[in-house]
Amino acid sequence: MSKLMKLNLKVWRQKNADNAGKFEEYKVDASPDMSFLEMFDVLNEQLIETGKEPVAFDHDCREGICGMCSMVIDGRPHGPKQGVTTCQLHMRSFNDGDTITVEPWRANGFPVIKDLTVNRSAFDRIIAAGGFISTNAGNAVDANSVLIPKDVADEAFEAATCIGCGACVSACKNASAMLFVGAKVTQLSKLPQGKPERETRVVAMVNQMDAEGFGACTNTGACAAECPKQIPLSVIANLNREYIGAKMNGK
Amino acid sequence: MTLESKIPAGDIATKWTQYKSTVPLVNPANKRQLEIIVVGTGLAGASAAATLAEMGYKVKAFCFQDSPRRAHSIAAQGGINAAKNYQNDGDSVYRLFYDTIKGGDYRSREANVHRLAECSTSIIDQCVAQGVPFAREYGGTLSNRSFGGTQVQRTFYAAGQTGQQLLLGAYSGLERQVGLGNVKMYARHEMVEVVKIDGKARGIIARNLVTGKLERHFGHAVLLCTGGYGNVFYLSTNAMGSNVTAAWKAHKAGAYFGNPCFTQIHPTCIPVSGHYQSKLTLMSESLRNDGRIWVPKKQNDDRHPNDIPEEERDYYLERRYPAFGNLVPRDIASRAAKERCDASYGVGQSKMAVYLDFKYNMMQKYGRTEASKLNIANPDDETLIRLGKEVVKEKYGNLFDMYKQITDEDPYEVPMRIYPAVHYTMGGLWVDYDLMTNVPGMYALGEANFSDHGANRLGASALMQGLADGYFVIPITIGNYLSKEIHTKPISTDHEAFVAAEKAASERIDKLMSIQGTRSVESYHRELGLIMWNKCGMARNEKGLKEAIAEIQALRADFYKNVRIPGSVNEFNPELDKAGRVADFLELGELMCVDALQRNESCGGHFREEYQTEEGEALRDDENYMYVSAWENKGDTWELHKDELKYENIKIQQRSYK
Amino acid sequence: MKLLSFLFTSSIGRKVLMAVTGLSLVAFLLVHAGINACIFFNDSGKTFNHAAEFMAHNWLIRSAEIGLFLGLLLHIVQGLSLTASNNQKRNNKYGASAGNANSKWYSRSMGILGSLLLIFLVMHLKHFWVVSRFTDAIQETAGSTLFDEMVVVFTDPLPVFVYVIGCISLAYHLLHGFQSAFQSLGINHPAYSPIIQSIGVGFSIIVPLVFAAMPIAMHLGWIQ
Ligand SMILES: Cc1cc2nc3c(=O)[nH]c(=O)nc-3n(C[C@H](O)[C@H](O)[C@H](O)COP(=O)(O)OP(=O)(O)OC[C@H]3O[C@@H](n4cnc5c(N)ncnc54)[C@H](O)[C@@H]3O)c2cc1C
Ligand code: HEM
Ligand code: SF4
Ligand code: FES
Repeated sequence: MSKLMKLNLKVWRQKNADNAGKFEEYKVDASPDMSFLEMFDVLNEQLIETGKEPVAFDHDCREGICGMCSMVIDGRPHGPKQGVTTCQLHMRSFNDGDTITVEPWRANGFPVIKDLTVNRSAFDRIIAAGGFISTNAGNAVDANSVLIPKDVADEAFEAATCIGCGACVSACKNASAMLFVGAKVTQLSKLPQGKPERETRVVAMVNQMDAEGFGACTNTGACAAECPKQIPLSVIANLNREYIGAKMNGK
Repeated sequence: MTLESKIPAGDIATKWTQYKSTVPLVNPANKRQLEIIVVGTGLAGASAAATLAEMGYKVKAFCFQDSPRRAHSIAAQGGINAAKNYQNDGDSVYRLFYDTIKGGDYRSREANVHRLAECSTSIIDQCVAQGVPFAREYGGTLSNRSFGGTQVQRTFYAAGQTGQQLLLGAYSGLERQVGLGNVKMYARHEMVEVVKIDGKARGIIARNLVTGKLERHFGHAVLLCTGGYGNVFYLSTNAMGSNVTAAWKAHKAGAYFGNPCFTQIHPTCIPVSGHYQSKLTLMSESLRNDGRIWVPKKQNDDRHPNDIPEEERDYYLERRYPAFGNLVPRDIASRAAKERCDASYGVGQSKMAVYLDFKYNMMQKYGRTEASKLNIANPDDETLIRLGKEVVKEKYGNLFDMYKQITDEDPYEVPMRIYPAVHYTMGGLWVDYDLMTNVPGMYALGEANFSDHGANRLGASALMQGLADGYFVIPITIGNYLSKEIHTKPISTDHEAFVAAEKAASERIDKLMSIQGTRSVESYHRELGLIMWNKCGMARNEKGLKEAIAEIQALRADFYKNVRIPGSVNEFNPELDKAGRVADFLELGELMCVDALQRNESCGGHFREEYQTEEGEALRDDENYMYVSAWENKGDTWELHKDELKYENIKIQQRSYK
Repeated sequence: MKLLSFLFTSSIGRKVLMAVTGLSLVAFLLVHAGINACIFFNDSGKTFNHAAEFMAHNWLIRSAEIGLFLGLLLHIVQGLSLTASNNQKRNNKYGASAGNANSKWYSRSMGILGSLLLIFLVMHLKHFWVVSRFTDAIQETAGSTLFDEMVVVFTDPLPVFVYVIGCISLAYHLLHGFQSAFQSLGINHPAYSPIIQSIGVGFSIIVPLVFAAMPIAMHLGWIQ
């Protein structure tokens, strides 16, 4: 049914954070039904068989929810298709004979660990700075005692679907993390449970974001265009609003 | 050693309350002196680590992914059960308790399950307080859906991303404690050894996956929250990194492994498309509400499904189970599909798939209703399809899209091809009522323990169990142990036990690296998976299991001769990480077969072909097998211990779906 | 002042300052373009000169001008330093480029467009503002008006060319900048944002067109 496609890959190889990397070229035969990562599995088996080092890349769930996979394909995080992660991209989006360039997320906030693998722990530190609601297990009131209008809940949910992949940072010319931070701030500031801490939260998260070396947003929209979960730019406006409000309030 | 499940005496309904008010406590000042290691940050681990830190303990948490937010729990779709009775449909703690025991085919522990049902309601409260955006009604209250194996609506959900939202909630609580300095988080770290001192668990050896260095970590107690081992089958719906390594090292260090052969195989997954397949994707159980499952009546029929006329189709579930039809439980639906494909009725390129067809209900159920709403008297087929399609799209649109993305086939036009896939493991480390393994100070939570689901888990109950264990059970039960440890000073990691454990781990790694054979780790994993799937999968028999044991032993021997792991030890080396995990699967696989061979009955997900009724249904043997098999490792073999199950509150019955 | 220090220290604060100063420049442009358009009465600059005189001598306008000038300075300094610091957030550049697949070229080129604007501004201010405010060359009593000055400047094709380039830069700068300023200030609403977008597009096309029309018209002698 499906003929094999012959592909030329230009893959970024970098031994570790301290070494400069470079592109290496490989040839792979891929079935159109393979996922992009399965194509890399084939490449890696090929490399292992010939005694070479396989390409290191991050992945886990392979169904677009864990946020682990992270390849920049022909200059675009998660590849040419909209609304999908690298693991959800299938080879039928490419043509026989294509040359495909594959690189890691590039941003000072995401140092390369090896090849296509980067360190995204900056995101965890941003969450640790304030991306939560301070409540201890055991002291919650009954779940239905606070009513939340459906549209508010839906809006919070939409923002909460961020998978923390970092494609937004990787797509942004300023390596800004505002879509990621905006998504979390929006989720928590919309919900009644998140209101008490909203000012301290947004200031703490933005401070951490700046300290991690992410740039300032210039509203190019590349983040939202590449976000696999299609988090909208409005979360950034919301982040700005929350932040300005908190600052004007002396926080 | 005898197994003590330490179930408190008393009435089932008040046991837990009573236990909570009498269990010894650790005072706040002492808590700050006590260190707890939490391995795994899925729902169970993240909730446990956060809660213990909130209480004042010093916590160290570990996960192998680059962030705790990425644990496999993130992938759960459907929902989480809780006996809130918000729908006023007669739900109660007792009913949830009863459904879970029955769903588990009477192979789980009453006291644990009852406690689980009791905790379920607080979980929802806790998650809402954390900002988990559950689905809501227009009035602002929480929304519920119903799930398999129950007659009430008790499943809370957040679209098709419930696991994600719950995990992000627990993760935010965990990160808050990281920020406060109460939890030290070690991401990209893999536990590779347990450290025992004087018979008690006192720490772990973890490998920093970025540098490859081994690290020693002390803890007054060690919690394993490391998830399930479905990946022993190579292909499963589990995340690629899910593994048994932590639980297996605990097992090797003396912890008993409970019911290893109890595996859940989910009937509706997207089938394998080629040899390169790396994992399988679940298609929600809810699709069986409107999809009809069929295969051609003729063997090896190569026609396009739309060219096969109605009378040449075999709706085998409706044929075999007229009462439940396409909605039989997961294990039964899975086995039936396998039976048809094995008999050469399978479809698709691989012939290992059956059709899940929405056309009939799209036209006759939804199309007709819509047509009559619009007052169309004699709608033609085209109109019916057009109208019905809209309804189906609204109900299942995202699943249909996902299917199309993977297969490039449009399920609105062509029936879906589906096949069962490994999904969950009910078995795991044996634990007592306190969730402690038989090694003092070592606990197992979440999917990693064997506890609450018996031989078959009900949908939406794994998330419930993980969070109950982490938020509400362990914070209480751990006091029972730690209250006696307040005089134990932190032990230096220079202690000989740490040195020895690190040496053992290091030697194991060096041994793997020194083989430098010819075959990739992946190829061994794939081969093991095939053996497990064919001989210890949906249906098992004595002959097959015995063959499997021999084949696994041979494969393991070959692995240690011919595997090739590129790169070096002290660097980021995913192939080496994988090799360690596959090495453990190669041992676990054997134990699973040993367990399946020992259990001469069929129950839940464990179907022994020798033990079935005349109609081909599972035949339980309550007389002889109403126990948890707890296996003790004895080097190359295992010794069976039986943890007898007593049903004092529930009447045992045979399941029938005819 | 501590309250406002975030305008210079945090990523969002710096963008807020860009937006506020940018929008006040936008407001200024509206006035400026309005006055410029007076030349199209084609009355040898009578109306125009009148308006220009008013602007030059009204104390309110003069003090607003100081604020505006400060704002422009802030906008320029902040804009250049922001661009520079943003450019330092990715030391290793990509090997392949996404091109315009995920964003518009001019949204990624605000620094360059702004710098082109700056070159134009320097020339422009030298031509008219310095001359009219700080020298005595232009006084109705001295017999020379701002309009006369324009006629002189725009006979030379070079300034005309620079002005046109400046106006094109302005158009693209505003095409992104106008709506971006609202986003930076946290204004994004499904009902209002489309309106803001449309006004922004209209503004970015019409105003620079008006500006560009003037030197061209004068150079070609359409206006006397
Ligand atoms: C596709 C899919 C859908 C599902 N849908 C549902 C559903 O709708 N409802 C429901 O109730 N259940 C569902 N389940 C089941 C449920 O998701 C899991 O059982 C549950 O999430 C397990 O949680 P856990 O915390 O025990 O483990 P996991 O979430 O698997 O976490 C394991 C953790 O352990 C860490 N770890 C593992 N080994 C090591 C090691 N050696 N060293 C260090 N760290 C280690 C990992 O990094 C990870 O953090 C679904 C499962 C699948 C596969
Ligand atoms: C009349 C002249 C100008 C006007 C009307 C103007 C207007 C604006 C506006 C409205 C913005 C958007 C602010 C935001 O996104 O929050 C902006 C941004 C910016 N301007 Fe200007 N500007 C002018 C001149 C300049 C000059 C001379 C420079 C630089 C030398 C400059 C550099 C920038 C930069 C770098 C940005 C930020 C880009 C971004 O955030 O996308 N501008 N300008
Ligand atoms: S906002 Fe989108 S691109 Fe950014 S981390 Fe979240 S999911 Fe990824
Ligand atoms: S591997 Fe999980 S999102 Fe791609």
